[in-house]
Amino acid sequence: MATATRSDELSDFDRAARSGRVLNYLNHDKRIRSWVFTLDHKRVGVMFLASVVASLVLGAAFAVLVRMELMYPGLYFSRELYHRFFTLHGAVMIFLFVIPATPSAIGNFVLPLMLGAKDVAFPRLNLFSYHLYVIAAVFFVITLALGGIDTGWTFYAPYSVQTNTAVATALAGAFLLGFGSIFTGINFIVTTHTLRPKDMTWMKMPLMVWALYATSIIQVLATPVLAITLVLLVAERLLGIGVFDPAKEGDPVLYQHLFWFYSHPAVYIMILPAMGIISEVISVHSRKHIFGYTAIAWSSVAIALLGFLVWGHHMFMSSQSPLVSMIFSALTFSVAIPSAIKVFNWIATLYKGSIHLTTPMCYALIFIFLFGLGGLTGLFLGALATNVQVHDTAFVVAHFHYVMVGGALMAFIAGVHHWWPKITGKMYYEPIGRITALVIFIAFNMTYFPQFIIGAQGMPRRYADFEEQIYRPEGVPYTTVDGAEMIGDGTGIPWIREWQIISSIGGFLFVAGILTVIVYLLYSLFAGKRAPENPWGGATMEWATPSPPPYDNFEEPPTARDPYDFSNLRYDANIGGYVRYEQ
Amino acid sequence: MFAAFLADYEGYSWLPRSASSSAPWADGVFYLILAVCVIFFVPMMAVMVYFVVRYHARDGVHAQPTATHNTYLELAWTIVPLVVVMIIFTFGFRAYMVMITPPDGAYDINVTAYKYGWRFTYPNGVKVDKLHAPVDRPVRLIMTSTDLIHSLSIPDFRVKMDCVPGRTTYTWFEANAAGTYDLYCTEYCGALTSPDGQQRGHSDMYTHVIIHEPGKFEPWLANEADFVKNMPPSEAGERLWEMNCKQCHTNDGSAGVGPTLKGIWGAEHRFSDGSSSVVDENYLRRSIYDPNSQVRAGYLPQMPTFQGQLSEEEVGAITAYVKSLGD
Repeated sequence: MATATRSDELSDFDRAARSGRVLNYLNHDKRIRSWVFTLDHKRVGVMFLASVVASLVLGAAFAVLVRMELMYPGLYFSRELYHRFFTLHGAVMIFLFVIPATPSAIGNFVLPLMLGAKDVAFPRLNLFSYHLYVIAAVFFVITLALGGIDTGWTFYAPYSVQTNTAVATALAGAFLLGFGSIFTGINFIVTTHTLRPKDMTWMKMPLMVWALYATSIIQVLATPVLAITLVLLVAERLLGIGVFDPAKEGDPVLYQHLFWFYSHPAVYIMILPAMGIISEVISVHSRKHIFGYTAIAWSSVAIALLGFLVWGHHMFMSSQSPLVSMIFSALTFSVAIPSAIKVFNWIATLYKGSIHLTTPMCYALIFIFLFGLGGLTGLFLGALATNVQVHDTAFVVAHFHYVMVGGALMAFIAGVHHWWPKITGKMYYEPIGRITALVIFIAFNMTYFPQFIIGAQGMPRRYADFEEQIYRPEGVPYTTVDGAEMIGDGTGIPWIREWQIISSIGGFLFVAGILTVIVYLLYSLFAGKRAPENPWGGATMEWATPSPPPYDNFEEPPTARDPYDFSNLRYDANIGGYVRYEQ
Repeated sequence: MFAAFLADYEGYSWLPRSASSSAPWADGVFYLILAVCVIFFVPMMAVMVYFVVRYHARDGVHAQPTATHNTYLELAWTIVPLVVVMIIFTFGFRAYMVMITPPDGAYDINVTAYKYGWRFTYPNGVKVDKLHAPVDRPVRLIMTSTDLIHSLSIPDFRVKMDCVPGRTTYTWFEANAAGTYDLYCTEYCGALTSPDGQQRGHSDMYTHVIIHEPGKFEPWLANEADFVKNMPPSEAGERLWEMNCKQCHTNDGSAGVGPTLKGIWGAEHRFSDGSSSVVDENYLRRSIYDPNSQVRAGYLPQMPTFQGQLSEEEVGAITAYVKSLGD
């Protein structure tokens, strides 16, 4: 039994686990084919985790190349190479990392456990999602081998139709990934509806489940639109059908509508599961019931639904009519409110808690800061008058990195640390976790805050070089990179040279921090302390089973309780974890 | 260097020079939003940090039961932000309508964006690659692109609008001070490479806006209009080359995205389909009006057509110039 009647009594399972004789989902079958053809959601989750982290490293490599180019004026690489670097950085990060990471890596592992279930509703479909990911990754590698793509991750027509880079193979990869995403969404929706224990009503579900559910709605409804759009683009390239070609009575702006109809909801696919993680981590690591459960649950659904109504805010400058732009602007502001509500609820949860500054908690606090800042800068982009100034500048780049990296990635890292003991059965070394979190926080701000500044001053995005944008005071002679002598005319962006250097150094430091996280987590697999069943004192069901769990998750289906009631959990120093104390 | 820089640029601010009548409208919204951001973010973070420090887990600090929801508080922090964002939306929309609605009697300038440059065409037919305009007068830009989506951006004027092929888009400004201002392309549009590796692309679509002092714009325009008539053909041709051809075709034999124009007169050129031709008046005329009908071997069919952009007279002037570059 996984509960003890006295806090100093180990469960049979824990004692057996300590002696190393117990089988869990990792070691019960060690053949390769038991992984490749696994039907175990936990193994699927682990494989996804390894794959998305590999993609993160690849995407980070391209980021380093981008920041190398932008560190100094003049061209270190060439324009064509730079165009490929930023395109591949965006495409790899979005399609191979941010969209799948939390749902498919963490969600797959955690969702059935949180519901007290043995697996997801469709285990084979789950495995297929992973196989699709692998095949799509192969397509991306082929794209790289063919010289990459240079269209920007947004693939805007007509350029994406005209360029002779490996667009079709990249789109084929994205198409397959989209189906993996759709199948995961279907799986999670059905799992949430049908595999909950009888006494777990909707309002007793952990907020992570609400978050994954809302994400799944978006995945199922929006991704097919992306699939169709990519097919149309490939047909335009290969067959010249002309839907986006004005010479054939087509419309290039139509592409933007189709693309953003998916890609705006896609950003909510990225952030909603992240917000679910934050709800869990803030509550558990401050030993305090989440504040405003109902509001957080409903705001997840609200964000999912409202997120479908705002795609035109990416297109205010595209020749979209002012009437339509006005409607999109108003709706965009409305979708900011549920996110703000969540942030207030998280901070309120900290009130009178007992806040343990564990690594997951550090990343959750970093999330609130960076996502809060990034979300607020969305106001500049959603307001029509200011959008004119900052659209397609470095300001936009800063905004989405604050919310996607400072938001989704920080939450993902928090979640990986939070559930690491459960997934691996090992504890990572806490002090290095916290120090790295601090370094990452500082480096992130160094990298992206300057981009707000130079973007508002007019620095366009996707520029290989910024030499022309250097501030040249009126009447003051200067020498260009090519050696020509010129006189300044008062144009340019002040301090852009200094900001770009700071931004690049921050970027390199940030990537070093991410790599450090990966290294110390991997190291814990070999040298980490054995994890107890419940190291953090969580009250959700995944903490009521050994770390790592057995193949079929629970010896007995656990009872549904309030997922944020920590009153019956006491810390036991002997096992380094919490045990349930039935009074 | 830093001190000299500070001396030259006083009053560092978030935004560039406020150089048009639209700028105060846009900037008012910008600073409103900035104020809202600071007013929400700073206290929120202060509270968060305070809670983390005050309730940091240590001996004697245990979680205390509190309410897990509070209807009044939750309604307050829903309604207040909602009201605030609706205010921001309203101001943003009002300012935007001013920024995109030109006053009556605005001076029209046609803009054509192409890979990778700008062409500004004036009512009297003058075509230049820098945007000249009078100060204190509303100017309307009537814009399109000949190939793919570009975007015209003048940060100092708070002007931005995409240039879409097959469509006409509009924007306007009224500059409030004479001077030189930056104009960038702000919609990614790729790059071109010549066979010997020269590249030109999105980040090179950079030009200037020249705002003339009162009374200086009309003389400039008149002088430009007549230059083909007033100047010797090869000199006029050199001006036209600077405005239209220079981005891709050098005049000194150096490598460019397209072939150099130096020394080609009278030479035999081979094309990608195997045929060839001598470089004469007809060849040049055909290259300018129908460039992809005979592409020089080794180059890609990337040159845009100038049909409708350059008159026969202008083509004649360019021909005279190319002749003058030697054979």
